[in-house]
Amino acid sequence: MSADQTKVGLTRDEMAQRVAVDIPNGSYINLGIGIPELIAKYVPEGRELIYHTENGLLGMGPSPEEGQGNPELINAGKRQVTAIPGASYFHHADSFVMIRGGHIDLCVLGALQVAANGDLANWSTGKEGAIPAVGGAMDLVAGVRKIWVITQHCTKNGDPKIVEACTYPLTGKGVCTRIYTELCVLDVTPDGLQLVELSPGVTFDYVQERTGAKVMPIVSGSGASRG
Amino acid sequence: MIDKQVAGLEDAVANVFDGATVMIGGFGEAGSPIELIHALIDQGAKDLTVVNNNTGSGEVGLAALIKAGRVAKMICSYPRTQNSTVFPELYASGKTKLELVPQGTLAERIRAGGAGIPAFYTATSVHTPLAEGKEQRTFGQRDYVLEHGLPGDFALIKAAKADRYGNLVFNKTARNFAPVMATACKITSVQVANIVAAGELDPEAIVTPGVFVNRIVKVANPAFESELVAQGVTYP
Repeated sequence: MSADQTKVGLTRDEMAQRVAVDIPNGSYINLGIGIPELIAKYVPEGRELIYHTENGLLGMGPSPEEGQGNPELINAGKRQVTAIPGASYFHHADSFVMIRGGHIDLCVLGALQVAANGDLANWSTGKEGAIPAVGGAMDLVAGVRKIWVITQHCTKNGDPKIVEACTYPLTGKGVCTRIYTELCVLDVTPDGLQLVELSPGVTFDYVQERTGAKVMPIVSGSGASRG
Repeated sequence: MIDKQVAGLEDAVANVFDGATVMIGGFGEAGSPIELIHALIDQGAKDLTVVNNNTGSGEVGLAALIKAGRVAKMICSYPRTQNSTVFPELYASGKTKLELVPQGTLAERIRAGGAGIPAFYTATSVHTPLAEGKEQRTFGQRDYVLEHGLPGDFALIKAAKADRYGNLVFNKTARNFAPVMATACKITSVQVANIVAAGELDPEAIVTPGVFVNRIVKVANPAFESELVAQGVTYP
């Protein structure tokens, strides 16, 4: 981060915490790699979520204690995990039946770019010569009932990641319904991006200046809903 | 008497021919049948099309097979993994081709291949670069792309237990692609840590019924990719 840029808005952990409070009790959920993984740490007391990992486990638990890991019990990021009591294992086709058949309630993913119409690009920058790798991203956005994005508002160079139209290759078209950044929460609506909430100390103008698409301000009394 | 056990790893990979499509189980190192892959390197078949979620790591297992120049084409969803160096070089030099397939589409293509389904429509990848050149159709309000079933010639997979009929159970997330690959290939070879008497596996808990399995070989203490890579082991 450049020295002239004072950190504004939420930390990564606070962003994860902000998402966690919006996830309904009892949800079956798939978390992407990176900031999304932090969400599991902040699920409010009294709520039970079931974590799905696409390599064949429903009921994924936290990382194992030092020395207790099993190389045959891993998550989609190939890191060792645990299974909760009541977990189940299944093969890849069944795992993606859960995803593609609309049986998973929510997936929270990172983004390279997300557009005002819900288009998401998160698998490739399309750079010449780079080896393309997609994993399960396209299946998740096509099949999971609700797709939320959690991302820094801008790239490290300060370019908006929330744009009018994605320039990177798409993961899915019109798939994202909500965006959480360190600055705000945005809903993707048929009319465009609707501001839902500003992080403490952040103004609407500050968000709009850093967003590559028009943002609709909160209309007081509109009762913009959380969740 | 039916007994699918073979004497050794060499017998488990016998008759793999040049140009064959070989499906190899595993998601990263979980479920990777390293000993069977090393036997395939020794066996010598080349110009293979290999189906696996990844492209291996270090210079053991799948990465070693690729390094040995036996793989003409990889069909996978994620050819980048930690310590994956062999494939990127061969891909950059054009020596190994890549067919990139979304992970769920890959699993379903293999499942369809095993079920005698030549093609199916899916919403995955529609309106993305991975759908380019593929037939598209609208059902209801939604667009879908046509994907083809993916049958194979040989499957090399790893299971936890087998009986002489080829009934299999797996260990945790090492199961991943193995059961669908077993259905999709003409010859399925399985390395297992334990071979038990028929009747010992609970029929309610058998994951892969023996009809999908042809050859079983016991590997009591299978190696793990990450351990071999950490030790600096290369194969051959």
